[in-house]
Order: sequence, then C-alpha cells, then structure tokens
Amino acid sequence: MSSLDEKDNAVPADSNAQASLPNDTSKDKMDEKENETSGFIIFFFIIGLVASLIAGWVIFPKLLYSKKDQPINFNHLLHMAEVDDGCQSCHFLRTDGSFSGIPGLKQCIGCHDEIQGESKDEAIFVEEYVQKGREVPWLIYSRQQDCVFFSHAAHIKGDGMDCVTCHGHIGESEQTRVYEENRITGLSRDIWGKSISGFNANSWERMKMNDCAKCHKEAIGKASSVQTGKEGCFVCHK
Amino acid sequence: MKVDRRKFLSFVVGGAAGTALSPLPWKLVDDSSIWSQNWPWTPVPEDGEVSYEPTTCSLCPGGCGIIVRKIKDRVVKIEGIKGHPVNDGGICILGLAGLQLLYGPTRVKTPLKREGARGSGKWRKISWADAISEVAGQLNSLRSSDKADTIGCIGGSDRGVTPNLLKRLTSACGSNNFFRTPSMQDSYETALQLMHGKKAMAGFDFENADFILSFGSGILDGWGSPVRMFKANSNWKTNKTPVIQIEPRLSNTAAKADQWLPVNPGTEADLAFSLINIIIEKGLYDSNFVNNYSLGFADLKQLVKDKYKPAKIAQATGLKSSDIEKLALKFADARRPLAICGSGQGHTPGSLKTFVAVHALNALTGRVNSKGGVWAVEEPDYIKWPEVQKDKPAVKGLAQARIDGAKSKYPLSQYLLNQLPDAVNSESKASLQALLIADANPFYTMPDNKAAQEAFNKIPFIVSFSSYMDETATNADLILPNHIYLERFEDIPTATGFAGPFIGLSRPIVKPQFNTQALGDSLISIVRTMGGTVAASFPWADYKTCLVQTLGSKWPALSKKGYWVDSRFMVPGWTEGFKTASQKFNFSNKDLMMVYNSRPIIPEGSDSFPLLLLPYDSIRLANGYIGDPPFVIKTVADTVLKGKKSFVEINPITAKKYKLKQGSTAILSTPKGQAQVKVHLFEGLMPGLIAMPRGLGHTAYDNYLAGKGINFNELIGTQADPVSGQDAAWGIKAKIARA
Repeated sequence: MSSLDEKDNAVPADSNAQASLPNDTSKDKMDEKENETSGFIIFFFIIGLVASLIAGWVIFPKLLYSKKDQPINFNHLLHMAEVDDGCQSCHFLRTDGSFSGIPGLKQCIGCHDEIQGESKDEAIFVEEYVQKGREVPWLIYSRQQDCVFFSHAAHIKGDGMDCVTCHGHIGESEQTRVYEENRITGLSRDIWGKSISGFNANSWERMKMNDCAKCHKEAIGKASSVQTGKEGCFVCHK
Repeated sequence: MKVDRRKFLSFVVGGAAGTALSPLPWKLVDDSSIWSQNWPWTPVPEDGEVSYEPTTCSLCPGGCGIIVRKIKDRVVKIEGIKGHPVNDGGICILGLAGLQLLYGPTRVKTPLKREGARGSGKWRKISWADAISEVAGQLNSLRSSDKADTIGCIGGSDRGVTPNLLKRLTSACGSNNFFRTPSMQDSYETALQLMHGKKAMAGFDFENADFILSFGSGILDGWGSPVRMFKANSNWKTNKTPVIQIEPRLSNTAAKADQWLPVNPGTEADLAFSLINIIIEKGLYDSNFVNNYSLGFADLKQLVKDKYKPAKIAQATGLKSSDIEKLALKFADARRPLAICGSGQGHTPGSLKTFVAVHALNALTGRVNSKGGVWAVEEPDYIKWPEVQKDKPAVKGLAQARIDGAKSKYPLSQYLLNQLPDAVNSESKASLQALLIADANPFYTMPDNKAAQEAFNKIPFIVSFSSYMDETATNADLILPNHIYLERFEDIPTATGFAGPFIGLSRPIVKPQFNTQALGDSLISIVRTMGGTVAASFPWADYKTCLVQTLGSKWPALSKKGYWVDSRFMVPGWTEGFKTASQKFNFSNKDLMMVYNSRPIIPEGSDSFPLLLLPYDSIRLANGYIGDPPFVIKTVADTVLKGKKSFVEINPITAKKYKLKQGSTAILSTPKGQAQVKVHLFEGLMPGLIAMPRGLGHTAYDNYLAGKGINFNELIGTQADPVSGQDAAWGIKAKIARA
C-alpha cells in the first residue's frame, strides 16, 4: 500500500518538476520528506498491528472471562484414596443410563453428616451446606450449553473411554482451580480451552464440537458413528 | 510529528490486520452464536435424576393412568401408562398439558376473601383457619335459623370419597340440595334404571364389538374416556369394523367413520325407533333374548309400528327410506353390533328418549349384557358410611323437597342443576342462601348462562373450592383452593364407559406448590368447626384417614398399582344380569312408555329466527370445569378461533343467502343473546344450520384463554326433558346478518 502511495505522490511531483525546471533542490527535499512520511506510515501500521495483536491475544481473554472461586475447596486426591471404585464412586451412571454428574448432598452425607477432620473447607461444607440442607452450588468446568445432548453411557460403556480422555487428571487434583466463566456464554473457559488460540496439546484441554468430531471422523470408516451420517446433526443438537 | 489522515488510516489498517490475526473476531463469533442459541431467558428444565411416578388423571372422568416424569421435584412431562386397562400408554392433549395447570398462572395460591363487588377481582388473602371458620359460621347460622334446606352444594361428580364427603356435608347440615354437574351419565343412568333396574353407569365393550353405530357421539372428539375411544377406533380400523356416524355435522368422528349419515338435528331418537321397527318387521331381532329375557316387547313393537314407519322417518330425518332400511339390515346382520349415543363429548344429558331408544336397539339385537355389547356397571360399593347424625334443624331441613324438582316433580332424576336457576329466580327471596361449589364451574358451563348467573348472584354466600381462578371462583365470596390433581389423593371410581368395576387412584406426585388444601381436608375442618351432629357425622381425623379406611381392603392394591379392576367381574349375562322386579330386561313399562311417548324437543325461538344454531365439541377445546391450558388453546385451528374472534360454521349455500363470505364478520342472534362472530364456510354442515364450538369465550382463567371467542352457553337456553327434567336442548333458533 505504501508503494502505491509513493506512486501517487510521484505524479504531481513530476509535473511540478517540469513546470519549474531546473529547481533540483526542491525535488530532493520533497523526496526526503516523502521517505520520512512513508517511514511514519509503516510505523503507524506496525503500531496498529501490534496494539491489536496485544488486545486480541492478551487483553481480550482477560476481559472475556471472569474469575470465580468454587464455594468449597475440594480435594479429589484425598477422596480418591478413600473410595473403592475410582471416579465412578461419586460420578456414576444411573440405572436409566443418564449420568449423575456432580454428586449432591445425598451422596456426601454418608460420611460428612458431622465434621470429621480438621480441614477448614470440610467445616464450611458441613456447617453451611450439610446442616442447612443446601446443595453446594458447584461451578461445573465441563458444562456444555443446553442445545447439546451428550451421553456419558455411550462413551464409557459403548466405547470404553476413560474419564481422563475428556476430563484430564482432575482426579489427582488437591484443590479446586479458579473457575473462569465466559461473560457471553456463561460457560467455563475449559470448553474453548485455556489457550485462546484454540490449539490444545492434550485431548482434555478443549471440548468444542471439533474436538468431538476428531474421534467421530476417525470412526467413519468403521461405520459406527451416527453423528457423521446423514441427519447426524440431530443426534447431538436436539 | 503530525498525525495526518494517511498515518491514521495506516494505523487503522494495521489494527485491522492485527485483529484478524488475533483470536478475537473468531472467538466473539463463536461465543455470540452460543449465546443466541441459548437465550438466557429461555426456561430450560433442570438437569438431574429422573423419576417416574404413576397416578390417575382426573381432568375428565375418563380415568386414564398417567406416569409423571420428574427431575428432582420438578414435573417435566406427563405420559400415559403402558398396559393400563383404560388408556394403555395413550394420553390426550389436555392430559399432556396438565403441567401448565400445575405451574401456570391460573392457580389460586391461597384462601381468598372477596373485597370489592362480586366479580370485581378484588381479593384479600386470608388464613385457612379464618376461611374455614367463616364457612362454618355461615352454615351454622343458617342451620340455627331453621334455613338448613337453603344450603346447596354443587360437585363435579357424586362418585368417590371426596364428592361423597361434600354430599354428606350437605345432608348433615340438613339439606337435600346436592347437585352434580349434568352430563350424558344422567340420561344413561336413568335409562339403565328403567331397563335394567340398576343404579349404574353404562359400560361398553368397544374392544369386542364389530359394528359401531354412533348417534352423534364424538368418538374422536372427546366422548367417554377419550384415549380409550381413540385406541378402540384404531382397532376398528385394523379389524375393518365399520363405524357409522349419524349427525348433522361432519365432525372429526364423522370424517373418520366408514359412513356418515347427516340427519336433521334432533331426530336421532326417531331414527333409532325406525331401525327398531324395521328389525322387528323383518324378524331380525334376537328372539331368544326377546322371548325369554325381556318384558314389554309387544308394547314397543306396537309403538314403533304405529309411529315410526320408514317413509315418515325418512322425511323427518332427511335420509332416504332405503338408506334407513339398509342401515337396519347392516346393524342386525352384524355379529356384535353396538349403538351408542350422547352427543359430542356427552357433556349435556340430552333427550332421555334418544337414550332409551338406542338402548332398546342394542337390546333388540341381544347386545345388552353380552360380549361386545353394553351393560350396567355398578359403582364399586366401598363407601359404606353410617347414616348421618341429625339434629332438629337437620331433620326439619331434610324433610324439605329438593328445590330443583328431582325425585319429586321428576322422580326419575337425582340431580337437576339445570332447574336451579329457574327455582332461584322465580322466588323473590332466594331459596338458596349458601352455595358450596367444588370441581365444577357452573358460571361458565351452564346453558342459558345469563339466567344462571342471575340466580347465582341472588345467592348471598358462595364458596368456591376451585384450584383455578375460573368464572365461578371469580364470582364467589370465598375461595378455599383445592390441591390440583397432581398434588392430592383421590379415588376415581368407574372410568366413563369402562366395561367393568374400576377404581383409579390419583396421588400426590409433587408437593403442593401453593398454600392450598385437599378438598376432603377442608370439608372435614369445616364440619369440625361447626361441631354438633354435623361434626359427629364425620368420624375421621383427616381426609387421608377417611380415604384409607373407606377403601379398606382395596387400599393396598390401589396404592401399589394405582388402579383396581374387579378381576372376578364377568359379563353380566341375561339370566341374572337384570335387577328389575321380573329379573328381565324392560322393553317397556309405565315409565318407559311415558318416555317413548314424550313430546320431541323443539328448539326454542320464534319464526323470526330462520336458522338453527348447534354446538359442537372438539378434543382441542376443554369445555367443562377445566379450561384449555395455553398449550391446548394454541392447537385450535384459525378457522375456529383467530385472535380473539370465534368462527361459526355455515354451509356455503346458506352463507350465500345471507351474503356472507369466508371470514365475514357477522352478528349471530338467538332468543338468548347475540354475539359478533366470524364466518367459516363449511360444506360439512347441513344447510340451514350454524355450528359453534363449545369451550371458548371464557372470562376467567389466564390471559391465554380469557376473552377469546364466544361462550356458546350464552346463546343457548335450556329445555327440560318432559320426563327426566334434564336439559335436552340440542340447539336453538338463530339468525345471522353481516355486521
């Protein structure tokens, strides 16, 4: 673009030269000024470019997500040591095939009807929730929007997938992470992924439709993926 | 350095390039699309553990088994129970929309006492204790001033524990004036009483019949137990069972029938007698039944021979006499033919003559008390309460006759709500001083609506037990809201038309949403507060105790399964199936001859009304105590209701005569009133008639229903059947003119 500008500028410069020959010094001066202007133009372009890149890559994600703490600091590792059946001890499939998701008070009360240890978090849990009969308003990192249907049973039972593939090593965490909520969609940042670029190193770092599609496309050859067939949209988007 | 235009543009271009290379635009597009597909204000059912709880629907007397899907404590769907003896997995549109009755805006949320004038909508919230003591106080003061007989009660039914508690309260107070909402049950009951000698409901073995002759019954329009009828109709189609529909209008039932015979309205009984005449003349009747198990055949034979010759009836009905003859032969030739009546949904009792004629037709071909036919189903006799205790005011009050003439002027009828307005309006001082209304909406459902409202307005104290802000509740002095059917226990004995003894149980599948109370408990609290013999007549601590004790040995099975069917019940048969004096079926006796010879019902109105206005029923329009919930009213076609305007149907030939076109606005007048309507040209209606749907024109309930269309009951009057005294008006004279 800057070269175009230079050309445009060159035309009046030439005609000017013809009219007032032999005034060479004025032409030189003008060239010099021209170069200086082009330099600034590039400079401004770069400023605009850099500023918007910073805005898009650094400031925008900070503005887009609000940070929230979980109501209670939960230690998965500690609980995993206590239970017999791994993740499924608390996050299980119901008899009708639906997935229980985050456990309710009903499941916790078995052990936590009274304060057991010395943890401050457990004390809050028992006093504020168990004794008052209030459900804990957990913030769910993996919650998808309502227009998507997802069956845990089909993936766990049907395909034998493990929890880690999608949920990562959350079972080994000792404390809850900060929940970053997308101000527009209300969903967790985990759905798009921590990386704003949309690239992920591990399968559990992002859970958009393309991430579902990765596995389902591989299954096309095996003819076992209804989602990629005709009218496949409606399998998940009901 | 000066920032000139070029530098600025360059900055912008750089910015645009940088933005395009950053995730910002792509992420924003993605997020806003997610946002716009999931508007945060759209209600979404809660996610969680799903449970299914079975119960019985009591929105109509059909007795369908329903299973309610819940997520945590929230009801999210109502479905039919598979394998249920009445509806086997099916559900009707109203039952499906029951959720909106539970959570919708039309509920009465707490006891209310009227503040402004009646119907002004000004209410004060009061406590249950105050509401109960107010009712008890009013009833007691009437009793102590020897006016016990001026206490009246209107119930939706007289079967089951709660309706009987209301009836018992009426008697314990010292009044005979308990009323039941009228319906075809009244006429079927009287017909069965006269012919079978049983106080019972008619049970139809539709599933085993192989020829159906319907005298105007809306088999697919909500007659009887609607879902059972839909299922039966599907089976008839599969089995190639012919269905013949006799009515002047091409209803959904007529449209789906194998043959539609449009007859002049009001001539159904004539046609039935004429069929009887032909069958007797041709000797096609069941001679074994007639000769060995019936009485009075000769009188009926003589009557039809004299009065119902095919040629004469052809003229009256508008059918060809050859068609009548063909129909009679088809009916008699079928192995298991079955004739039914009760027009539309059967919400009006109609002419008793039609019911006895149709029943006689069934009997003639041996279709009573035999497989695929019709018989008397007595109410399961679990309500065995001792006589009410009577003090002096009660004895005195109970010595007074009912004000409606039932059991006295009209000895064959038990309840004649249609006679109430006249009885009240004809006297200067109100013959009723207090009226308690439960499971009924007479302010809306009573024909000659203006006269009915006038009568109600003369009654100084009206209590409504309605769960909804319906027309009756709106015009009451006090509302003691009942739990709705999904929040309370209720026994539902004998589903309409069911072929054997049956009890369905409604049970609370969700916690009461508001400060309401089960009607049974309200009644028991009222009598407790009243004290004396009234309280002593109710020996139960509360409604649940009363229900469990009353159902006795049936309770465990009922509460486990949700319904009880008498497994020992067999088709009654001819030998022991009749309880008349002779133990035989009555084709005629003194009462029946009176019915056979009763004058026909001629529509009201002078010759200045050249047309006839008829009502019609639709499965999409609830026209009883329950009004259409929002979901159901949305399904009404825009040739029935458009915006707030009702359509009437007119044959194009008649319309042309009155210069009416499709969609024209017209003024429809009858001797009872007039209304602005829109015109829908319909070739399925005989010329000279105007048809109008029931179930519109509500002034109460919610904004989804109120103010839409015209209430048919405001345009029609009542006409007492000469023998039963029930409302037998099937239409009214009318005129129509372009507005």
